[in-house]
Amino acid sequence: MVESRATRILLRLGVGVTLAFIYLPLVVVAVYAFNESITQRWPIDDFSTKWFSVAYHNPDIRDALWLSLQTAAGATVVAIVLGTLLSLAMSRFSFFGRDTVTLLVILPIALPGIVTGLALQATYTTVGVSYGLLTIIIGHATFCIVVVFNNAVARMRRLHGNLEEASKDLGADSWQTFRRVTFPQLRTALLAGSLLAFALSWDEVVVTIFTSGAQQTLPIWIFANLFRPIEQPIVNVVALFVIVVSIIPVYIATRLAGAGDLASRRPPKETVAAAVETAP
Amino acid sequence: MSSDPALLAAAGPGGPGRRLSTFFYHRPRAALGTLLAAPLGWLLIGYLGSLFVLLLTAFWDTNSFTAEIVHEFTLDNFRRIAEEPVYREVAWRTIRMAALVTVADAVLAFPIAYYMARVATPRTRNILVVAVLVPLWASYLVKAYAWRTILSGNGVINWALEPLGLQFDGYSTVGLWLVFTYLWLPFMILPVYAGLERIPQSLHEASADLGGRSFRTFFRVTLPLVFPAVVAGSIFTFSLTLGDYIAPDLISSEQFIGTVIYDQYGVNLPVAAAYTFVPIAVMTVYLIVARRLKAFEAL
Repeated sequence: MVESRATRILLRLGVGVTLAFIYLPLVVVAVYAFNESITQRWPIDDFSTKWFSVAYHNPDIRDALWLSLQTAAGATVVAIVLGTLLSLAMSRFSFFGRDTVTLLVILPIALPGIVTGLALQATYTTVGVSYGLLTIIIGHATFCIVVVFNNAVARMRRLHGNLEEASKDLGADSWQTFRRVTFPQLRTALLAGSLLAFALSWDEVVVTIFTSGAQQTLPIWIFANLFRPIEQPIVNVVALFVIVVSIIPVYIATRLAGAGDLASRRPPKETVAAAVETAP
Repeated sequence: MSSDPALLAAAGPGGPGRRLSTFFYHRPRAALGTLLAAPLGWLLIGYLGSLFVLLLTAFWDTNSFTAEIVHEFTLDNFRRIAEEPVYREVAWRTIRMAALVTVADAVLAFPIAYYMARVATPRTRNILVVAVLVPLWASYLVKAYAWRTILSGNGVINWALEPLGLQFDGYSTVGLWLVFTYLWLPFMILPVYAGLERIPQSLHEASADLGGRSFRTFFRVTLPLVFPAVVAGSIFTFSLTLGDYIAPDLISSEQFIGTVIYDQYGVNLPVAAAYTFVPIAVMTVYLIVARRLKAFEAL
């Protein structure tokens, strides 16, 4: 260890301060959800769980919750299917234009969300699609593919092809090989990827605003109501709910994939390098 | 190896599955095409197609009375963005904000990343990685909203400052800078941590053996080696600030690129579409420079 004792103490202090900074807003949201009063003043005088039942009985929130769940489920399913197909193609074949495909996959998260949102909105307007569950799912699935893809590709890279070749040598056809050899090894990576895709879709707001028309997912409901003083206590409750539901799957995913893989909300090294190779 | 009856049965000649499998085995291009068709179709038609429509929209005209889109080619939207000082001012303000946020994040990320990479035990390190990673995924709208309550006149910050006789106007550019710095901090911590972890311990020891004190070692050895990783992290802090419209909407009353696009899209879609090319262009340049600085090897 080269660091002196004083340096280490200072570093520990820095870690403490940074973690406090990172968690402060999450704690504040949690505490405000139990605020008895309708005015949002710190410190809170009285604690109460009454706003939870108000939120629970609010029909708008129920509709929004239902829409959010449908959207996240739909986007996750599309992302699993497309992401898995892509990862198989990219890890078991080398072909001309491979880097371009990689660029294409990461583009939806590399460009600012507002660009993706507006692009989809412009397309829906031009084509004349009416807004519905499907228009939101299309938007979400587009940026969720990369999350499943990243997790699956990272796993495939570690697997090599030996077991698959052995399986074929032993007389299994492609589908059997996939079902009995490749898939069992991919399973946890796919599960981690789909949990992350679910979390990503569940609390997405930037693209959703452009693709949802008049409907509200939970985050859109929050966005529409957070400027109304009357609705503040309920917004607090919904905000806490949204954050808890997004954190739990992510935490499970970190257990499944190993924290290392998980930094791959950011595209992994290869993908970014490839993206830049092909950039104009 | 167990002799699975299902496997053995399928191994015999015949079945349609088997014939399909043989077909693909002899034609890898067809296999590849089958795998790629659906995802590529989705991304090409759904996504690239949409971006293309956005590009086209930027060249369309609008009827100045009805605000309806007229499908006639024009460069007016781009001319307007280039010539009207508001657009230029907003673009510069956003770029300045993105730069300041990036600097703040780089400074803040260092102590914790350094601790994770070089001081913490493997167990603590894993706990810290998860502790940084999980909030990164937590709803960013909720985090921005939380800051709105924290920064308000009755919020936590002003409550803490009150005994000191101070007051902080949270709904300001400074407040927004704080919020952006908060929102993208984990995106900086993770690459810097990874970058620090890659530096061989022997280099630090060599520097110490040659008489370099901690500070000298840090500035002459560690910092230059980890710089590409900082640039890698800055891609996220910069790009995310550039396109955001939720946080400015919640925290500040000033206009940024994102809020201008958001306000314009219902009124004048072609102008909004044209304005999206500002962040796209800035990010393209940024990525090219980052690549020169070897940032992509550090990701």
